[in-house]
Amino acid sequence: MAAEEHGEGLTFHPMDQFIVQPLFGDGAVGVFTITNSTLWLAVTVIAAALLFVMGTRGRAIVPTRIQSIAELAYGFIHKMVEDVAGRDALKFFPYIFTLFIFIVFSNFLGLLPKAFTPTSHIAVTAILAMGVFLTVTFVGFYIHGMKFLGLFWVASAPLALRPVLALIEVISYFVRPVSHSIRLAGNMMAGHAVIKVFAAFAPLILISGIGIAVTPLSIIAITAMYGLEILVAFIQAYVFTILTCVYLKDALHPAH
Amino acid sequence: MAEHTAEHATDAGHAADAASSGGMPQLDFATFPNQILWLVVALVVLYLILSRVALPRIGSVLAERTGTITNDIAAAETFKQQAAEAEAAYHQALDDARAAAAKVINDAKADIQKDLDVAIAKADAEIAARTAESAARIDEIRASATEAVTTVAKDTTKELLNSFGVKADARSVTAAVNAQLKGGAA
Amino acid sequence: MEGDIVQMGAYIGAGLACMGMGGAAVGVGNVAGNFLSGALRNPSAAAGQTATLFIGIAFAEALGIFSFLVALLLMFAV
Repeated sequence: MAAEEHGEGLTFHPMDQFIVQPLFGDGAVGVFTITNSTLWLAVTVIAAALLFVMGTRGRAIVPTRIQSIAELAYGFIHKMVEDVAGRDALKFFPYIFTLFIFIVFSNFLGLLPKAFTPTSHIAVTAILAMGVFLTVTFVGFYIHGMKFLGLFWVASAPLALRPVLALIEVISYFVRPVSHSIRLAGNMMAGHAVIKVFAAFAPLILISGIGIAVTPLSIIAITAMYGLEILVAFIQAYVFTILTCVYLKDALHPAH
Repeated sequence: MAEHTAEHATDAGHAADAASSGGMPQLDFATFPNQILWLVVALVVLYLILSRVALPRIGSVLAERTGTITNDIAAAETFKQQAAEAEAAYHQALDDARAAAAKVINDAKADIQKDLDVAIAKADAEIAARTAESAARIDEIRASATEAVTTVAKDTTKELLNSFGVKADARSVTAAVNAQLKGGAA
Repeated sequence: MEGDIVQMGAYIGAGLACMGMGGAAVGVGNVAGNFLSGALRNPSAAAGQTATLFIGIAFAEALGIFSFLVALLLMFAV
């Protein structure tokens, strides 16, 4: 519809890059169809495996560059889990590490031109966030039993306020997976869409005289947004992981 | 089967609709099962790769490195201690040598002093003997010279008196000459 | 005609929803600014609080993302 308004030739399709389509043929997207999403999920897994399996193959005491990147990521997440969620959360370290590596690789690979970003889809991030939510809830009830519900009962507040606070706590607890997933998907989607919008302005120089001013501006804007996206790609993975750690801490140590 | 394909066709139509009308592909629920399935497959594969292969390996490498570093630090500490001990031993040896050298020097000095004392004493004695001898000889010479002078004076006086024609009394001449010599000497 | 009015309403609503992003911007700036002023007073304690900083930014930003999502829904899904 945006294209119709700019009938002169500028085409705005900022959301087209997110379309999930079959990689082979033009059929519908069934459950087992190999789509562009599937391809980039596979690329993500292969890239992570290359870094963490091939890169550390040497087991060198003095690490090679690739091995030191792998060790850096290991140390970063290990320290985060230990600092934020506590030592007893280290059981979940492989799970959290998998989440972080999956998101960070997916985000960065999605920044390649023509690439598809699985993490820009709510379906993907919702599954990630629901996984975290269910894990955390299950762990909380498994370890503390019914005492886990004390998480919602703020014992330090005045008695009259406690039911209200409990209601707020329950709501905020159940909003967690929503905000957790939409934050990641929304960030990735927004950045890519904004880049596409600026990109749509770039060919204006071929159409009208005002393009002399607009085209360089839009190219500069694309470059700036791309830089910001690189930052966002990492920060969102970091935020997703650290929030997972925070939720896990709530499950392991529910006392306020 | 026909029904199945028809369903797919409507799905395709829906997807095409969404694409052409610019709707949000994120809300195209027809693709959700597909995405979720492959996401779960990817996550499980990644989890298995990481938790079975990569993480234990990196963990062991890091632990090994920590161990190596600790060992190296301990070894460095040992070496440092050894070096400190060696330095202390060196200083001890140096001090011992210095003390021995001082002792040798003192001994030598004492020996030399002793020899010197003996030699000086001997030389002093010799000098004293020589001095005494010389003094004796000088006295002797002086005595003989006085005697000679007295004799010469007596003789000369006697001769003078004789030449003047005076009979000189030997005793009085002698007394006069002695008195004169004594006065001259005084 | 009626569809056009609905569409117009949707677009106006999307534009209004984008105001929420300004609120998120204020919130994120507030978090980061307060962190910076605190960090400048006590730089030794700053390093340990970067995680808290990012969590705070993430929470503030999430609300802006929600408004962005509402805008997108109005634009493309209504």
